[in-house]
Amino acid sequence: MNIYVLLKRTFDTEEKIEIENGEIIDDGAEFIINPYDEYAVEEAIQIRDEHGGEVSVVTVGDEEAEKQLRTALAMGADQAYLIEDEDIENGDEYSTQELLKAFFAEKEYDLILGGNVAVDGGSGQIGPRLADQLDIVHVTSAVDITLEGNEAKVERDVEGDQEIISVSLPALITAQQGLNEPRYPSLPGIMKAKKKPLETLDLDDLDVDEEDAEGKTKTVERFLPPEKQAGRILEGEVEGQVQELVRLLKTDAKVL
Amino acid sequence: MNFELTQEQQLLKDMVRDFAQNEIAPKAREIDETGEFPIDTFKKMGELGLLGIPFSEEYGGSGGDTVSYSLAVEEIGRACGSTGLSYAAAVSLGASPLYYFGTEEQKQKYLVPLASGEALGSFGLTEPNAGSDAGGTQTKAVLDGDEYVINGEKCWITNAGFAKTVIVTAVTGKDARGKNIISAFIVPTDTPGFTINSNYDKMGVRGSNTSELILEDVRVPKENLLGDPEKGFKQFLYTLDGGRISIASLAVGIAQSAFDAALAYSKERKQFSQPISNFQAIQFKLADMSMEIELARNMVLKAAWLKDQGKKFTKEGAYAKLFASEMATRVCNQAIQIHGGYGYMKEYGVERMLRDAKLMEIGEGTSEIQRLVIARELGCGEKKKAKVNG
Ligand SMILES: Cc1cc2nc3c(=O)[nH]c(=O)nc-3n(C[C@H](O)[C@H](O)[C@H](O)COP(=O)(O)OP(=O)(O)OC[C@H]3O[C@@H](n4cnc5c(N)ncnc54)[C@H](O)[C@@H]3O)c2cc1C
Repeated sequence: MNIYVLLKRTFDTEEKIEIENGEIIDDGAEFIINPYDEYAVEEAIQIRDEHGGEVSVVTVGDEEAEKQLRTALAMGADQAYLIEDEDIENGDEYSTQELLKAFFAEKEYDLILGGNVAVDGGSGQIGPRLADQLDIVHVTSAVDITLEGNEAKVERDVEGDQEIISVSLPALITAQQGLNEPRYPSLPGIMKAKKKPLETLDLDDLDVDEEDAEGKTKTVERFLPPEKQAGRILEGEVEGQVQELVRLLKTDAKVL
Repeated sequence: MNFELTQEQQLLKDMVRDFAQNEIAPKAREIDETGEFPIDTFKKMGELGLLGIPFSEEYGGSGGDTVSYSLAVEEIGRACGSTGLSYAAAVSLGASPLYYFGTEEQKQKYLVPLASGEALGSFGLTEPNAGSDAGGTQTKAVLDGDEYVINGEKCWITNAGFAKTVIVTAVTGKDARGKNIISAFIVPTDTPGFTINSNYDKMGVRGSNTSELILEDVRVPKENLLGDPEKGFKQFLYTLDGGRISIASLAVGIAQSAFDAALAYSKERKQFSQPISNFQAIQFKLADMSMEIELARNMVLKAAWLKDQGKKFTKEGAYAKLFASEMATRVCNQAIQIHGGYGYMKEYGVERMLRDAKLMEIGEGTSEIQRLVIARELGCGEKKKAKVNG
């Protein structure tokens, strides 16, 4: 079984995001494997351990992402690929899709796993986009995956309800929280990770033209959500409170 | 000059931090209150390979270096001082002497289970009448046929209550100048005549197991003598040199944790209509605290690096231990001050950190003894070389 995992390096979710001149300031921030991708890595390792095969992790990013790939190798993945996207102007989901499409054109795969969404951009597009380009089925938001022969039975989370879907392989499945409990990389794992293959690929290696992978979207503005204001507690008879609330919604908040 | 950690060191540090914050920190208050040793935590640390960081793979270790080990101790200490102390003692005192001085057979039999985390080790040097003055050891070991018979008493021995083996020091005779020859013995804790009590009521590191050892005609095979029979004293001085680095790392971890709490609190707590971090008096405290922590950390990592390079590190190890431990006490004390009355309450955790930090100035050689070690390295008092523990 050839299993690939799509992995992104993201901000630590505990970091406080700051914006300066329309750009996100990331110096000094801690970076991690996108938590949803970590579920995907864990699931891939478990599936490999049960059914045999190899786990390859793939990221699109800059050389700094090597650390997150090594972490996945330390958890137990067998090899890693770093696709460098630094030459692409204004990269977006489309660019990532194009690079991954070119990468997978040369590969044989039974299962591609990824995170449901990345906690930074939050688009949740890469999985479905790639499946579309590769012309394979995909299931998002998996909380349980069982493999039987050439079929995968996937339990997915649909806004709190569960849906069970059977798909035939090759398939792309994205992970939701609850799929598993990712392991800590062990010390021996960390020591071994150094010796596992990690290949860096650039646009030339993938035969992709800079212009063809240029982003399709334009960022117009970046701003932080407004700070939460202190609440107000209305007092008095319920009827009076309701009237006061309606009045405030009309005149103060101007939402009615 | 390069202050960058290697990729493995960085990965290890991240992993230990994650593990420590998720699995160890949530239990810190409880084990302080109940005094219950967190044996489950040690099982998990063993599975992750943390108990074997500085030992090579052939002995069940992970093949890491002293720098990696120091980073791990700091992160664990940052989550919980008690767990940090037991961790540092298990590796630096319980297992390291076997690694440094054991025969191949001793390593296979006694080090492998410790390094791979199946069992905990412990090191018994201190006695009721021999603390800093380890040369005054009274426990005796007498050869009787193929066995040594050991009699004596040890106090305040970390982890012994949960250990499979304890390395015990004992007097085996006198040298040409009439001075005690002290050797070390590997003593399985289930040996008849070996009693271990864990009844101490401690100020801090209350979740760390501390035990009293009573040895009454304890018989161990001759092969259980560890290392050179004549050089037992030198051996444990080397062991303690290494142990100091880990106690210093632990002090840095505890101080960092107290500082983190104090900084966060100072930004939240409002008095006179503003966060107390706006007051210069509080700012100066925080500036001093963060500076001192970083200075201590640099010294600790330098000592660890020297050890990894196979260079002499006695003086630097003592600098690190002395400065980091006294710094940790100062920082934790100021962290309480910044918290005001809340800091005096158990709920905020910083009072525990002060109680835990204080031990760092005492265990593995008191601050006074560190100063003696440094002075000796400076060539002072060459003639009257006292044998000191630390
Ligand atoms: C929680 C805990 C865990 C411990 N774990 C272990 C362990 O695992 N294994 C182990 O073997 N021991 C352990 N110890 C013992 C520890 O190493 C000793 O407490 C320490 O070495 C000091 O010895 P002492 O307590 O007898 O103090 P003493 O030696 O009696 O010292 C009392 C005071 O006199 C000072 N002093 C002594 N000699 C001199 C001198 N020459 N010049 C100037 N000042 C001097 C000391 O610095 C100190 O301030 C532990 C202790 C504690 C509290």
